[in-house]
Amino acid sequence: MSNAPSTSPAVDSKTTENQPLLQIRDLQVGFKTQRGFIPAVKGVDLTLNAGQTLAIVGESGSGKSTTAQAIIDLLPGAGKVTGGEILFEGRDLTKLSAKAMQDVRGRLIGYVPQDPMSNLNPVWNIGFQVEEAIRANGVAQGKDARKRTIEVLQEAGLSDAGDRLKQYPHQFSGGMRQRVLIGIGLSARPKLLIADEPTSALDVTVQRTILDHLATLTRDFGTSVLFITHDLGLAVERAEQLVVMYKGRVVEAGPSAEILANPLHPYTQKLVAAAPSLASRRIQSARRPDTTKTLDISSVGAADNELIARADARENTPQKNLITLESVSKIYKIRQGGFKTKELKAVDDVSFAIPRGTTRALVGESGSGKSTVAKLVLQLEDITSGRIDFEGNSVADIRGRDLLAFRRRVQPVFQDPYGSLDPVYSVGDTIAEPLVAHRVGDRKSRQARVRELLDQVALPLSTVNRYPNELSGGQRQRIAVARALALKPDVIVLDEAVSALDVLVQGQILTLLTDLQAELGLTYLFITHDLAVVRLVADTVSVMQKGKIVESATTDEVFDNPQNIYTQKLLEAIPGAHFSFGR
Amino acid sequence: MFRYIGLRLLQLIPVFFGATLLIYFMVFSLPGDPIAALFGERPPPQSVIDTIREQYHLNDPFIVQYLYYVGGILTGDLGTTYSGRPVSDLLGQAFPITFRLAMLALFFEAVAGIAVGLIAGLRKGKFFDASALVVSLLLISVPTFVVGFILQYVFSIQLGLFRTTVGPGAPIQDLILPAIVLATVSFAYIVRLTRASVADNMQADFVRTATAKGLTRGRVVRVHILRNSLIPVVTFLGVDIGSLMVGAIVTEGIFNINGVGGTVYQAIKRGEGPTVVSFVAVMVIIYMLANLLVDLLYAALDPRIRYAK
Repeated sequence: MSNAPSTSPAVDSKTTENQPLLQIRDLQVGFKTQRGFIPAVKGVDLTLNAGQTLAIVGESGSGKSTTAQAIIDLLPGAGKVTGGEILFEGRDLTKLSAKAMQDVRGRLIGYVPQDPMSNLNPVWNIGFQVEEAIRANGVAQGKDARKRTIEVLQEAGLSDAGDRLKQYPHQFSGGMRQRVLIGIGLSARPKLLIADEPTSALDVTVQRTILDHLATLTRDFGTSVLFITHDLGLAVERAEQLVVMYKGRVVEAGPSAEILANPLHPYTQKLVAAAPSLASRRIQSARRPDTTKTLDISSVGAADNELIARADARENTPQKNLITLESVSKIYKIRQGGFKTKELKAVDDVSFAIPRGTTRALVGESGSGKSTVAKLVLQLEDITSGRIDFEGNSVADIRGRDLLAFRRRVQPVFQDPYGSLDPVYSVGDTIAEPLVAHRVGDRKSRQARVRELLDQVALPLSTVNRYPNELSGGQRQRIAVARALALKPDVIVLDEAVSALDVLVQGQILTLLTDLQAELGLTYLFITHDLAVVRLVADTVSVMQKGKIVESATTDEVFDNPQNIYTQKLLEAIPGAHFSFGR
Repeated sequence: MFRYIGLRLLQLIPVFFGATLLIYFMVFSLPGDPIAALFGERPPPQSVIDTIREQYHLNDPFIVQYLYYVGGILTGDLGTTYSGRPVSDLLGQAFPITFRLAMLALFFEAVAGIAVGLIAGLRKGKFFDASALVVSLLLISVPTFVVGFILQYVFSIQLGLFRTTVGPGAPIQDLILPAIVLATVSFAYIVRLTRASVADNMQADFVRTATAKGLTRGRVVRVHILRNSLIPVVTFLGVDIGSLMVGAIVTEGIFNINGVGGTVYQAIKRGEGPTVVSFVAVMVIIYMLANLLVDLLYAALDPRIRYAK
């Protein structure tokens, strides 16, 4: 124990407060590519005082992660700091030798990475990977290192750490892995912790516990924290200071609550407007005849009264249910070595109905069975028991020609716009593929339809001959939507369709979806883990937990007056839930 | 674990019988009369032929011949060649030298291949990497006998460093040059495999995290890059044991080594069922044992595929 450091690094942290710990001045970072040198960070300034928490927000490609990586010289191979200075306790980190940098990493500046799934080495056990950090930073050696490893993991919230040291990363859940990574990051009691999107891969309730824990630890140790995040809610809730980055530059900086309540820069204003929160309202699906397509979320003004009335009217005229699920269950048999199998009830007695032209959201954490429901509705998996009706006819056991006909009318859009498009198919071929598969029209009429669809999803016609790798995430998801629309379906199942997108792009796709719904009378089954998004698009919501639906009601009821404890917990866990963004 | 190894060893039995039956049938179906071929231009009296046919059960149907063969194996008799030598003798002569040659080649290609591949992967795009790629491409595309003759000419004939031919029971240093020739193609593949794997792992998030922990560069490479990169290489090495032993025929020819390849080739030409089948059966067993070894190594390197308890 004698080797272990005391819990607070500074004797009197009060006096060190308000002194700059980290000062970045005019930082410039670029990447060497085949097309030449591309600057990614173009003159960033920021100051982080001892004991403070600062968040850098921005969309992907804004340079926020690059800035963070430049601080501890972790830029990927082609990246290079080309100008400016990074002063840490008065020392310029950009001028340190590789050897000196090794002493800074871990010991003075800890790092918690984004994705817990890929950031632990799969071939070494957890204990080894933590102990390695402790030994490398000279915190403890020999037997003490092992003891310290257990302490570190327990501090990070793994109470049974002693028994789990010999386990491997794949035996840990995402949340537990992130705790391990936080433990590693804080193991040497660094003065600064860089947390690069530390929880964006986690469920909202897990995210909350982990962030709470991180906040407690860093407060106790007096550690400064540099958050990198795209989530404005998280930033305002967890950080005192905020830096907004856009295209490699800082566009706004200051106290976070102030900035988000009163954003001055147009980009910040756009970000704040697009941030889905509990305070936002449903995007009005009734399409205005002649307004430009602007992102319109907070449309509760006088001009919108007519729209609301129209939406109300739509809600009040009872529509026939297009899809009905009646006590649907799905049981998977899991092999447990040999001939033993275990039954897993992925979907347990689920019932709901979706009236034509409306959106039903299905929310829940990972493992709640929501994606399995999507597969069952799409007839990609067979139900174990229960009944699924489409237009009043059971579709549970249809085969062959009937199934093909059903598929024409119910189409999917999946989460990952990078994985769901074939990289060797051009955009035109991708969109036309369902038409070819279902033998709709001839070559010429298909081409015409592709052009029409591109227009509907607001992509230029020139996109036809391009390939997925030349397009951005948002553009790819538009193509996935166009492909789903190709056969003029009645229902689209959207499985986490906007979860992988930046907030601004997310807003655009959501607007597109609601516009299309109004125009084509589409029915959506919208599956997501993000409650804030639900509020923007859904008419009715079902909350799933462990395969069961625990609450089902209209969107407003669920958000304003949640009945179930689990729903309340989910709502409570949304970062910045009760912060009213300036709009 | 031991149960698993036991099960895998039991699998050898059906594979052994399946493989021998198949090979026996293939040799049986070869056109031509082996006895006629044995005597060439001047056939012996019919009575001699009949005696030999009787002795080797050549008049019996295929399956009976096979059963005689299997019966022989179970009593420890692998049969004799048409010239009267016991097959076991032939095995005892050909396998040790080929096995030593293959193991030496495996050692060379593994050590040199992984070392060069690792350095090339760590310096992706630099001069060393580019040269390694060019050289390995050259080694893959030039036939073994060309490389073999060149090395033999330069090192044995011009420089006199090694003996040009290798007799039976030759000391290990005589095998060095043949082993290097035998290893060239696989060496090139291992360089490329290791390089790609290392370059991939360099980009891995956990490597960045390891660096962020404050580990030295050397430790990051040894502990976090090398072990993960070896997984595909080990698979290749395992499969390669088999191909090195069979594929040694060209190299053995160049250095006049009386090994497995040449013996089997002669036996096939003469239509000697028992010889071919016995050699192939031993090869099959070596293949399977090598595969078992690879699977065990694989599990040791990658805990994710360890068998669920």
